[in-house]
Amino acid sequence: MKRVIALLMENQPGALSRVVGLFSQRGYNIETLIVAPTSDPTLSRLTMTTNGDEKVVQQITKQLDKLIDVVTVSDLGESDFVERELMLVKFNKSTIASDEIEKFEGKVVFEDNEIINLQFVGEPDKLDKLVESLKAKEPLEIVRSGSSGISSNSKTLTI
Amino acid sequence: MSKTKTSGGDALIQSLHKEGVELVFGYPGGAALHIYDALFNQSEVEHILVRHEQGAVHAADGYARSTGKPGVALVTSGPGATNAITGLATAFMDSTPVVVISGQVKSELIGTDSFQETDMIGVSRPIVKHSFLVQRAEDIPEIVKKAFHIATTGRPGPVVIDVPKDLTDPNHTFEFNYPNEINMRSYKPVKVGDPKQIKEAVDLILEAKKPVIYSGGGVIQDNASAELTELAKLLKFPITNTLMGLGAFPGTDPQFLGMLGMHGTYEANMVMHNTDLIIAVGARFDDRITNDPKQFALHAKKIHIDVDPASLSKIINVDVPVVGSAKECLSELIVELNKQKIDTNKLEPWLKQINEWRNEHGLNHSMLDIVPDNGKILPQQVIQSLYKETEGKAFITSDVGQHQMFAAQYYFFDKPRQWINSGGLGTMGFGLPSAMGVQFAFPKDTVACVTGEGSIQMCIQELSTCFQYGLPIKIINLNNAALGMVKQWQDMQYGGRHSASTYENSLPDFCALSESYGHVGIKVTKLNELESAMKECISLKDKLVFLDVDVDPDEHVYPMLEAGNAMDFMHLSKAKKTW
Repeated sequence: MKRVIALLMENQPGALSRVVGLFSQRGYNIETLIVAPTSDPTLSRLTMTTNGDEKVVQQITKQLDKLIDVVTVSDLGESDFVERELMLVKFNKSTIASDEIEKFEGKVVFEDNEIINLQFVGEPDKLDKLVESLKAKEPLEIVRSGSSGISSNSKTLTI
Repeated sequence: MSKTKTSGGDALIQSLHKEGVELVFGYPGGAALHIYDALFNQSEVEHILVRHEQGAVHAADGYARSTGKPGVALVTSGPGATNAITGLATAFMDSTPVVVISGQVKSELIGTDSFQETDMIGVSRPIVKHSFLVQRAEDIPEIVKKAFHIATTGRPGPVVIDVPKDLTDPNHTFEFNYPNEINMRSYKPVKVGDPKQIKEAVDLILEAKKPVIYSGGGVIQDNASAELTELAKLLKFPITNTLMGLGAFPGTDPQFLGMLGMHGTYEANMVMHNTDLIIAVGARFDDRITNDPKQFALHAKKIHIDVDPASLSKIINVDVPVVGSAKECLSELIVELNKQKIDTNKLEPWLKQINEWRNEHGLNHSMLDIVPDNGKILPQQVIQSLYKETEGKAFITSDVGQHQMFAAQYYFFDKPRQWINSGGLGTMGFGLPSAMGVQFAFPKDTVACVTGEGSIQMCIQELSTCFQYGLPIKIINLNNAALGMVKQWQDMQYGGRHSASTYENSLPDFCALSESYGHVGIKVTKLNELESAMKECISLKDKLVFLDVDVDPDEHVYPMLEAGNAMDFMHLSKAKKTW
């Protein structure tokens, strides 16, 4: 079962390697991982998706929480949450028409005589399907950011 | 009063002094030389020169385990740092408070594959509680404060401070300020147990008819032996200790079942299998305890008290998890129980059953009365002789293997911190250097290292350290001329094929070897010489004595759990098993 875990950690060298290392060390999977400083520059927010049953996810969150650099951890799946992913796709201009771009709800973020770069934002499942549909259009390159998530209630991940 | 300026090296040593550190075990080298010069210029922190960095960390660990105070090791970069790794992993697995300071190459050289450079933070990452790479000399006091705070609180564990050489340069000075306290937003261990959980625990305790207390190293680490004993006495519950928990409850008390698990006593393992309530305190249900977790104590409710939330329901699901320090939670439990009427009479059938188990297949506590037909000395007899001669009062360190299990089974530890061994990692080579740490902390007490001819050779170089500092450790070598535990498994599971577990007559003369280091060697080959030799060994108060005892090489450690089964599946001897 896929789970989305969000955490705040000290924004300092080595912190990320402790989080990532924990996963390999304890045999957990990381499907996607996204990390950036927050508005408080001493903190980074990290969102990861992983696979595992309830017990495994509980262990993951507890072990993450135990890391000294990790300030707080949340299993977003414990309540309603919104999950979004960014995808950038590069085409030869000749392979995709503008009405098709519109149909796929893509946004043009770069364009010249030869190349066109499109941006898509959506739920990861939706992007999976989109990737399938886009195959016929012979994309040159597809880049996905991995999931970011935020809970849909008044609860926030803060310190 | 104007503050004096210090270098990073001086600040480091002064910070150690502020933390109450009296001893540092270490080995110098290029990247650590500024620190060593800072040590030379003061007298508050004494440095002990070991012969290998693994020995330094084990010695610091032995010091920590026997005193409860953090142990400190100092090593240089590169090979000094990597040699410390086994010591760190040992401390990590047994959750002991050890601080390792490693020299690092100059900041500007980091990442250039310079001479004696190793990414110590990276290499040690999975086996430390936390680590710091110092980036400014001025940060040293605060980092030391944090390191000791982290190492000693919550679930204790080793912390590494990696110090690039330029940051200890005597030419760079700054004002030394040692923080009085530290507040870390990301690290706030829970001490007090949730009152609601304590209440639920009390309810289960009052209902139990076949209960057991199962306690581990966490009780010793948290100095909670008095509370544990009080609880057991209050409830009259039988109690078993893990290998790491021996001594938390008096080993000679009739309520004590002995150790449980892989080589636990018959009665302890039968109790665990048949119990209706387990009160686990500072123990972690590891695989050497539970045997097959799916078949573990199926009829028991489980209360689990542990300071580490990640230990709760990690392997075995528990009914009442209590996060908090063993000492606090046990005290809370006692307070709540004292408000209740406790009926100990209903335990009678259970205690009677336990006595029957004990009489049936309990350990023979009079091994010295046995005279084996083959004329060989049984390893258990050596432990019993040691117990007798030291009146059960010695500090016992051990290495890893059969001798370790025999020591755990046959030496009764009445006090916490008396038994010091590498339980989690199972590090051969731990015994002698850890005994050095204990002997430094308790110079007047008898410290015996129970070892085997395999383990002792893994850190035997420390015999030299022992001579330099006059450490009168008693090395009790159970010499069976083979890697006994490996051989036992090969006997039991590999059709007796002894692959790489014997030495083909290549063993040294351990007595002559010890004598060449300036110590005393005593060889024992006959049972009728054992007790007088042991007496002589223990009575030589000022000398390190290497008592090399030839023991029966064919002896196995029993009981032994049969893997993949419940805890009542035990081999009781070569011929007898419970199923």
